[in-house]
Amino acid sequence: MAQRDSGPEPGMDSSKGHRMGAMTLPPFERLYLAHREDVHASLRRLLGRERADDAFQETFLRALRAYDRLAHADNLRAWLLAIARNVALDELRRAQTVDSAAAPEPVARTEEPAGYEQLAELAGQLPAKERAAVVLRYAYDLDYDTIGAALGSSGEAARQAASSGVRRLRKELS
Amino acid sequence: MISDALDARLRAAAAAEGLLDAAFDVMDSPIGPLLLAATPQGLCQINFRPDPEEALERLARLYGPRVLRSSEPLRGAQRELDAYFEGKRRAFDLPLDVRGSGFTGRVLVELGRVPYGEVVSYGELARRAGNPKAARAVGMTMNRNVLPIVLPCHRVVGANGSLVGYAGGLDTKRFLLELEGSLPQSIKL
Repeated sequence: MAQRDSGPEPGMDSSKGHRMGAMTLPPFERLYLAHREDVHASLRRLLGRERADDAFQETFLRALRAYDRLAHADNLRAWLLAIARNVALDELRRAQTVDSAAAPEPVARTEEPAGYEQLAELAGQLPAKERAAVVLRYAYDLDYDTIGAALGSSGEAARQAASSGVRRLRKELS
Repeated sequence: MISDALDARLRAAAAAEGLLDAAFDVMDSPIGPLLLAATPQGLCQINFRPDPEEALERLARLYGPRVLRSSEPLRGAQRELDAYFEGKRRAFDLPLDVRGSGFTGRVLVELGRVPYGEVVSYGELARRAGNPKAARAVGMTMNRNVLPIVLPCHRVVGANGSLVGYAGGLDTKRFLLELEGSLPQSIKL
């Protein structure tokens, strides 16, 4: 089963939990079966259902390309989710340059109870750019410059998109 | 939820891009389900006890951690095995990834040359591999053969025609020899 206590996602070079000496990576199949639903849910939140499938495949192919060179086998769920986030950011960046008018579908409901799933679900009603900014800021804890870069705009524009998204959510909730 | 189509697409893409140290799949056969595995070099394992959990560990240990169930890399082997069980194929024409050195390697090469419909004794196979006294070592190599059927250890029998032993069970050995029309007379009685 997927671990639930991984905390914030680390970057690819997570510095915590390095283990000395020999280590064995679990067979990739096991990793895939344990975390594929979480990875797909995470991609749905960021990209919408339609684009999540392609990003899902790209996430696991990227993971396979790097897997046998991993320095340790700690917190592989967080590692996979970090790759998924990077794939989603690339996709958002690409979509921004190719077709700035493309609006992804609203995110689907997920069964996961954690707070940020609820946030993502609510954010699913927002316009694409506001949704991405809200989810990346409050669920993924990215700074505005990073979000701006991902969305093909500035940090200031990302901050405005997030805050107008939050205002819109407040209005809908009240 | 991940759809079956998405799951299959990923598994096929991972193999097609050459990202797997080993791919495996389970096929049905008249002697029960068989677990097949292949590296990028070729078919590397056929197992009579298709326990995917155990296979995962074994394959990762032998070939590397990038092990994934994927049917595409095994389709050719599956087709040839199906034809073999239907009596329509007498020899396999597949790339193999066989790892054995020294005497073991020579035994496996000689084993691969024992034709369909014939049997050979452990001692005779030892002689062909260059060491007539090593019948027991040949027995050991047969016992550890990871590519049964394709490397036909079922065609190796005792000097008196007794079946002796088989990793897949003596019933399976008897079935395969009967399929090939070469069950020793002494056993048919």
